[in-house]
Amino acid sequence: MEHTHTAAGHETAHVDSSTKSIWRTFWILLCITLVEVGLAFLHLEYGFLPRVVLNAIFIGLTVVKAFYIVAEFMHLGHEIKNLIMTILIPLLLFIWFIVAFLYEGDSWKNMRKDLKPGTPVETPKVGPAVKPGHV
Amino acid sequence: MDTAVTAKKKWWAGGYSPFNVSYGKLMMWYFLMSDAFTFGALLIAYGTIRFSSPSWPDPNEVFKSFPGMGHAELPLMFVSLMTFILIMSSVTMVLAVHAGHMRDRKAVAKWLLLTIIGGFAFLSCQAWEWTHLFHEGAWWGRNPFVNADGTQASTNFTNFFFTITGFHGLHVTSGVILNIVILANVLKGTYDQRGHYEMVEKVGLYWHFVDLVWVFVFTCFYLL
Repeated sequence: MEHTHTAAGHETAHVDSSTKSIWRTFWILLCITLVEVGLAFLHLEYGFLPRVVLNAIFIGLTVVKAFYIVAEFMHLGHEIKNLIMTILIPLLLFIWFIVAFLYEGDSWKNMRKDLKPGTPVETPKVGPAVKPGHV
Repeated sequence: MDTAVTAKKKWWAGGYSPFNVSYGKLMMWYFLMSDAFTFGALLIAYGTIRFSSPSWPDPNEVFKSFPGMGHAELPLMFVSLMTFILIMSSVTMVLAVHAGHMRDRKAVAKWLLLTIIGGFAFLSCQAWEWTHLFHEGAWWGRNPFVNADGTQASTNFTNFFFTITGFHGLHVTSGVILNIVILANVLKGTYDQRGHYEMVEKVGLYWHFVDLVWVFVFTCFYLL
């Protein structure tokens, strides 16, 4: 690649540094995935970190990975602000979307627990390890 | 488009794209945004049902097999391999896009071919995992796995798993097909005649999006 002199000199330098940043992004993504899997194993084997903390870490790291894929691989981080905003602002709807629906789901669970009659899911037939009184 | 960007440029005054990209690329971005909402809706529906269930199957109990390892319990190993394959194929795709900027036809073809191989490798892994789960008795409407607390699980778990990973697999499949079409055009010299390799960039955006969705599927189904 280096010996193509069709492009201007500064262009070649630019491409070289981009290739470097591609591999940097790859290593970041790989390391984050390995950290996630490592934490999951630590939790499985030794019960390291409570489940809630672990889940928060997983979601946080997922967002970091998403940022690197979109900003570097999809090049959005290097586009002008107009393009970045026209993509990111509509995605803000996800915040409401997630909060509202998970709240709804949680509310359903509580209703099933509190208003017990008529919920067939609540009568376990094959549960070997169900403690009495444990729903 | 390599239009020089200066601080005081009036982007909305007309005469050029206010987003500084071509029409095709902008529309690919909008398509991907709408697709993000489709996947988001599926994953949020999954989350809602999971939140509304008193208990749910433990992913480490369900996804613990590895090809050729018999009954050894290896949770997360196979899906980590699949994740690695997809990230790697994303890297080869960016390298193809960069070779395209250099108008290096041979390099574009090489990296695109590696991306296609990565896509096939991922799809093969998914086919193996689906077949394995199917033989364990899991399918749409059938769930052999018990909840983490030992109670009988509903079929929600398998329904969501097969629907969402299936929809993602469908995206990988169409991505591989698009890559093959682009590779044929590269080998024919279509983009050399056109004077630019922007088509590789557009298909590349789609391919990275598929990788992006997998990052979320991986977290939602295998980690949480």
